[in-house]
Amino acid sequence: MTQAFAQSRTGWRRKLGVLFVVHYAEMLQYRVEIALWAVATMLPLIMMGVWAQAGESGLFPFSQVLMLRYFIAVYLVWQVTIVWTIHHFEFLVVTGRLSPMLLHPVDPCVRFILMHLAEQGTRLPFALGIVGLFLFLYPDTLTGGEGGDIWWPGWWNITLALAACYFAFILRFFMQYALCMVAFWHERVTALDAIQYLPHLFLSGMVFPFEVLPEPIREVLLWTPFPYTVWFPASLLVHGEAPVLRGFLTMAGWTVAFFILYRVLWHKGLKHYSAMGA
Amino acid sequence: MPTVQADNLSKTFHVADKQPGMLGTLRHFINRSYRAVQAVRDVSFAIEPGEVVGFLGPNGAGKTTTLKMLTGLIHPTSGSVSVLGQVPFKRRPDLLRQVTLVMGQKQQMIWDLPPMESLRVNAAVYGIPEDEARRRIDELAEMLTISDEMTRPVRKLSLGERMKCELMAALIHHPRVLFLDEPTLGLDVNAQTAVRNFLREYNRQHGASILLTSHYMADITALCDRVVMIHKGGLIYDGRLAGVVNRFAPFREVKLELASDADESVMARYGEVESIQGRVVRLLVNRDGLTATVNRLLSEQDVTDLTVSDPPIEEVIGRVFDDGEPGDTDEYTTGADSV
Repeated sequence: MTQAFAQSRTGWRRKLGVLFVVHYAEMLQYRVEIALWAVATMLPLIMMGVWAQAGESGLFPFSQVLMLRYFIAVYLVWQVTIVWTIHHFEFLVVTGRLSPMLLHPVDPCVRFILMHLAEQGTRLPFALGIVGLFLFLYPDTLTGGEGGDIWWPGWWNITLALAACYFAFILRFFMQYALCMVAFWHERVTALDAIQYLPHLFLSGMVFPFEVLPEPIREVLLWTPFPYTVWFPASLLVHGEAPVLRGFLTMAGWTVAFFILYRVLWHKGLKHYSAMGA
Repeated sequence: MPTVQADNLSKTFHVADKQPGMLGTLRHFINRSYRAVQAVRDVSFAIEPGEVVGFLGPNGAGKTTTLKMLTGLIHPTSGSVSVLGQVPFKRRPDLLRQVTLVMGQKQQMIWDLPPMESLRVNAAVYGIPEDEARRRIDELAEMLTISDEMTRPVRKLSLGERMKCELMAALIHHPRVLFLDEPTLGLDVNAQTAVRNFLREYNRQHGASILLTSHYMADITALCDRVVMIHKGGLIYDGRLAGVVNRFAPFREVKLELASDADESVMARYGEVESIQGRVVRLLVNRDGLTATVNRLLSEQDVTDLTVSDPPIEEVIGRVFDDGEPGDTDEYTTGADSV
């Protein structure tokens, strides 16, 4: 029994390892595209410029330095939590190229997650380069503006933020993957993604930190999945004052809910699948 | 127990109908109309272990839909399927490890990477150890004569090379049941022969059951003793390949060489004139009156040479698909030639 378990674990490790390495090689084929994506996701760095001025005014609970650090953290979190599976999935369903994946004894979902991780692996070096450039342009982000010590969030905050980032990625993935299942009924499912993109953009903390919102609104939003996909990991990294236990539990609850939704729609959707084009 | 068992398999698709023109476009946008298209109706057959069966039918006959149902990719509207004793739609991993489907040459290969990378993915997905995977890849590449192309990006390969790679990807896990949809489509003559030889050898080595569709009769005659024929969604024949001619061609071909140029109106008195080229005539003569017709020809015409043969199988099958209606099902199937 123990040997069988060990063999199965080794088998899975090899499967995941090979899939990651091959998809990493595939993603590296598109060098220019990777760099462009790193640049195209610079919205938080643009917002940083806007909010840094606001922070200077003293009207908000965040200082200018905290604003700078927050939006750089948001940019980094976004690099890990970008999910594009809906575009890929729609293509696979419409062209029938999902079929060979359905005939493999590994759920396609596992491959899609590994594709994202591989793509992140190729994009992150470019993103870190952009962060380096902004830290050079805004040296106060590191020094606090008074020639003080270099900013260091601490190992505990970094560990929590990293865990929250990848948890946020899994949550974002299943949010979108559940939506992907609609492709079995309606071919142009990417249109639906546009609907959830707006709340994600404005309610996740991407364009403003949650700390600037009135308390009652913030409390309501904290029951939705959106703040945990950006604001929560970024806050853990910047000041560590986010509600850690509540954050992880809420993320777990929403992830399980979207996972169940995806499984139910998956089983129903496969009955509608006509393996078109193949 | 049969490897594949299909019972009264039917599939109906609901497809949107759109009339051409601006009005049709607006109507299609506001009030879309659908119609039911029965792609497959009451198809039943079984495939025994190690059997190679040709699955024939004209375009749109329902062959690919049937293959998709047999592999569990689409659910039948009614009827049942069993492959290796399991229901394919449940997609149990132990069944998926034993079946494969090849459909075209743009399926499994990762377009921008060399075939070797896609094959490594498949080997890992099917849990084949690294050394064993390497050995199988080398063996398959050698059998398909594609060893030198394993490190070139797939997009740089020719159609035939890509098709061979698809076959490798589909067979690396040594499946016991192969569903092959047009595996030689678009290949040159040499590549077609290589694929045929490969499939024959694979069937011999692994005792695999194969269901093969192809528009090239040479594929069927080279590989299959038995054929299942489908037309307009309905089964019209299930039996030995040799039996197709007896069943569907109640005529034989009489080739004559006359002493002088032939006259078509005269020749038409003996049978259906297929062709006349100077002194050489090809006639289709009903089997029942063959002896009498040949006697008449020899006595009434100045014949220098005469041969009687079965018409080519391609021609017979072509005629069946031109003339056959699904309503003919009862007439055609489960006759003396049925297995």
